[in-house]
Amino acid sequence: MRKIIGIILLIIICWGIILSLYKIPFGIPKTKVGEYYIDKGREETGAANIVTSVVLNYRGFDTLGEVTVLFLAAIGLVAVLATLKKKEKRKIEPSSLILRTGCRFLFPLILLFGAYIFIHGHLTPGGGFQGGAIIASAFILVYLGCRGRRISKTWSSITESLGGLIFVIIGLVGLAVGGHYFLSNFLPKGELNTLFSAGIIPIIYIAIGFKVGSELAGVIDNLMEES
Amino acid sequence: MDFLSNNIYYIGAFGLVFIGLFIILVKHNLIKVIIGISILETGVNLFLIAVGYISKGTAPIFSRPGLNAKNMVDPVPQALVLTAIVIGVAVLALALSLAIRLYKHYGTLDLRKIKEQRW
Repeated sequence: MRKIIGIILLIIICWGIILSLYKIPFGIPKTKVGEYYIDKGREETGAANIVTSVVLNYRGFDTLGEVTVLFLAAIGLVAVLATLKKKEKRKIEPSSLILRTGCRFLFPLILLFGAYIFIHGHLTPGGGFQGGAIIASAFILVYLGCRGRRISKTWSSITESLGGLIFVIIGLVGLAVGGHYFLSNFLPKGELNTLFSAGIIPIIYIAIGFKVGSELAGVIDNLMEES
Repeated sequence: MDFLSNNIYYIGAFGLVFIGLFIILVKHNLIKVIIGISILETGVNLFLIAVGYISKGTAPIFSRPGLNAKNMVDPVPQALVLTAIVIGVAVLALALSLAIRLYKHYGTLDLRKIKEQRW
């Protein structure tokens, strides 16, 4: 019964979407906004990666909201899981030598790769969120490979708060020094396609990378603790 | 055939959306419903990226001189999808924590057996 209702509902929704969408052509030139960003983005922000300049410069305030949503979700997860009564400690049998050595060998390399991704966010595909996700994957490796090891709760929350604080402080300094709006690019733009370019964008992306990495690692830590 | 090859990205994206919707509507297991939400979200993201695509376009990154700005795909949908993916991860984590809570309380993840979740 449920299946039939589901399929009928699906067909109705499908019909509506096809009717409304089949006129949108595929692969045509972009909108005016996108054209403006591609033409002017290099001079106005100094970043070679236009997506990064949209995310952190033109729509930087939006990104602050996005970081806040991620933070709220992490807080909500802790709040939902905190009131559960704690289980007695399970006995953890140590993992084998090969697994432990491999995970010790890979952990710093994955951290390095994540740092590379978020430091080069304004030059290559990638950025703070992606780099943070890679760093969190290094912590998953530790949780799965070296069983019994945990990240320190205080250090992860300190990193997280510092990342968010740096973002807001840079935005406020931009408001005071650079221009008339929040997160204006007040540092020198530098030469296009070099590491030290694009003003505040690399600094904010490093802050976001640390924040997202520690936040996702904390989320994983909470979920692992309960399972 | 021409229609299919011209709109293959839209068809793929909405295929994922419908698979996700079907799972949400039909499945009884809460974990499967959460997986369905995740698949639906992937479909929507793919659709947004496909809207910004230009035939034979390159990524909007000026990584070397001599790249033609006219040939680059629209950066705005990509920036929006970057936001959407992060929000998706947040929603997924919160949904999984609620599922853990439900399992601890009712001892089952079957939506037919949880009174408040039945439809």
